Amino acid sequence: MLLAIVNLAFLIGAVLFARGLSLLSSPETARKGNIYAGAIGMGLAILGALFFPMDVPNNYLWIVAGLIVGGGIGYYVSYKVKMTAMPQMVAIFNGLGGACAVLLAMVEFNNYYLAEIPDGGTGALVSSALALIIGGVAFTGSFVAYAKLEEFIKDNFLVIPKYHHILNITLLLVLLGFTAWLVYLGPEGEMWMALVFMGIALYYGVSFVVPIGGADMPVVIALLNTFSGLSAASAGLIYNNKIMVVGGLLVGASGVILTVLMCKAMNRSLLNVLIGGFGGSAAGGKKGAQGEMVIKEVALNEAAIQLNYSKSVVFVPGYGLAVAQAQKVCKEIEDILEANDVEVRYAIHPVAGRMPGHMNVLLAEANVAYPKLLDLDEANAYLANADIAVIVGANDVVNPAALDDPSSLIYGMPILRVWDAKHVIVLKRSMRPGYAGIENPLFFHPKTHMLFGDAKDSLTKLVTELKAL
Amino acid sequence: MQTAIEFFNNPANYLWIYLLVFASILGFEIISKVPTILHTPLMSGSNAVSGIVIVGAILLVRMAQPDDYLSLSLGFLGVVLGMINATGGFFVTDRMLQMFKKKTK
Repeated sequence: MLLAIVNLAFLIGAVLFARGLSLLSSPETARKGNIYAGAIGMGLAILGALFFPMDVPNNYLWIVAGLIVGGGIGYYVSYKVKMTAMPQMVAIFNGLGGACAVLLAMVEFNNYYLAEIPDGGTGALVSSALALIIGGVAFTGSFVAYAKLEEFIKDNFLVIPKYHHILNITLLLVLLGFTAWLVYLGPEGEMWMALVFMGIALYYGVSFVVPIGGADMPVVIALLNTFSGLSAASAGLIYNNKIMVVGGLLVGASGVILTVLMCKAMNRSLLNVLIGGFGGSAAGGKKGAQGEMVIKEVALNEAAIQLNYSKSVVFVPGYGLAVAQAQKVCKEIEDILEANDVEVRYAIHPVAGRMPGHMNVLLAEANVAYPKLLDLDEANAYLANADIAVIVGANDVVNPAALDDPSSLIYGMPILRVWDAKHVIVLKRSMRPGYAGIENPLFFHPKTHMLFGDAKDSLTKLVTELKAL
Repeated sequence: MQTAIEFFNNPANYLWIYLLVFASILGFEIISKVPTILHTPLMSGSNAVSGIVIVGAILLVRMAQPDDYLSLSLGFLGVVLGMINATGGFFVTDRMLQMFKKKTK
């Protein structure tokens, strides 16, 4: 009887995961979807795991303690985190899921080698090895991504230039070979081998993410999400547990879809992103022409007047907006302008920021109505008739070199054609190139005026100027 | 080759392959069209679902011998990590979606 109830709970949980994720892909139903999948589905799965009838010691005290500690930390962190730190947060959560899969795999190895007659046989070894490799990449890879986002480490930290991808391919082959070796040895294998295996898998995660540049973070975060899902699925294979496999695969699939979307938004193949090489190498490219070009600056009050007397303004946010935490001031300007009958829109490039949808989250936090956020195609159509485009901390996504300079690294990437607007105002801290290390001809464009300074600072001053008008 | 055929002919394995294939297809189908605005919530929401790995950790602790402190403590750690992933992911997604919702009025 209990078995039937538990199995039913697992089944309903798996259905809720699928239904919840599908509801999560539409704005009206998203919140309900999250509750279906994340609360009810997960709750049923945990209850099922607790009461699945087995003749075992149970150790409920340990489990309940773990649930309370983990739940408490998770709840606390999720309410403390700033919206600007969301990419870091997602990276850490991915890493924890991966770490959990690594732990499960190691205990399984340990039990396998300690047992007189190991049960599970080859299947247990293969699924443990799989969970270890994928979980290991998700674990250490996510922590490297976190360190990069927090700027604890630089983009080229620990990278062997040019040959790094060969190292990575070698590591992957070693891991696959190791798996085959452990399977071949079977019960003859020993625990130290599993520990060495774990070491290599964890290092592979580091080596895998380290060469990928900051601008490619949206792809990395989506990819690591895929891995954390797949590691859960392979851990599910160890325990013959179907809800783990289904849940993990659903996450894996959604991660793959996002990864592909992000790659498309940059017009690059996944392989190209993984091999890295974005940044660093390009810096020298176009220095020659630059000297003759002129940068025009605009004064604050002049910019305020321009904005105030225009009909339509498009803000183009980028990672700089997140760094400066300028989203709320942006909204303030929107309110002032709208009160003066200026139409305000936001042009959101799919890879603006450090994770998929980063800008949407920030602007939502600042209470910007989401119909005002235009995606790439809508924005380009709108920009053609707009009066002013204000670039706040974006760089590569508005770089015209992507359209007309075949020698540029970002050539072919779909971008926001901000120069179609009548005027362009670029808020920028300095003339330093963006993270991709590529010169941006937009700054020298005849329509462009630069407003130097910290984005939040400049916008705050603009608010004062606008109010004074 | 022989082992591969045997593996495939085993009804239990066959069922697992079915499950793997169909769960993957289902995953791709239900999330094929996502508006940009929901990229982050979808990611953090599905991230929470990958906390399902906690089920394995719970089973591990339940099966451990009461004096096997290695398995118990690693399993405990697994439960903690999985639970942070699941609850943290859920609440942070809910927090984000609440922000999205306010402005539809």
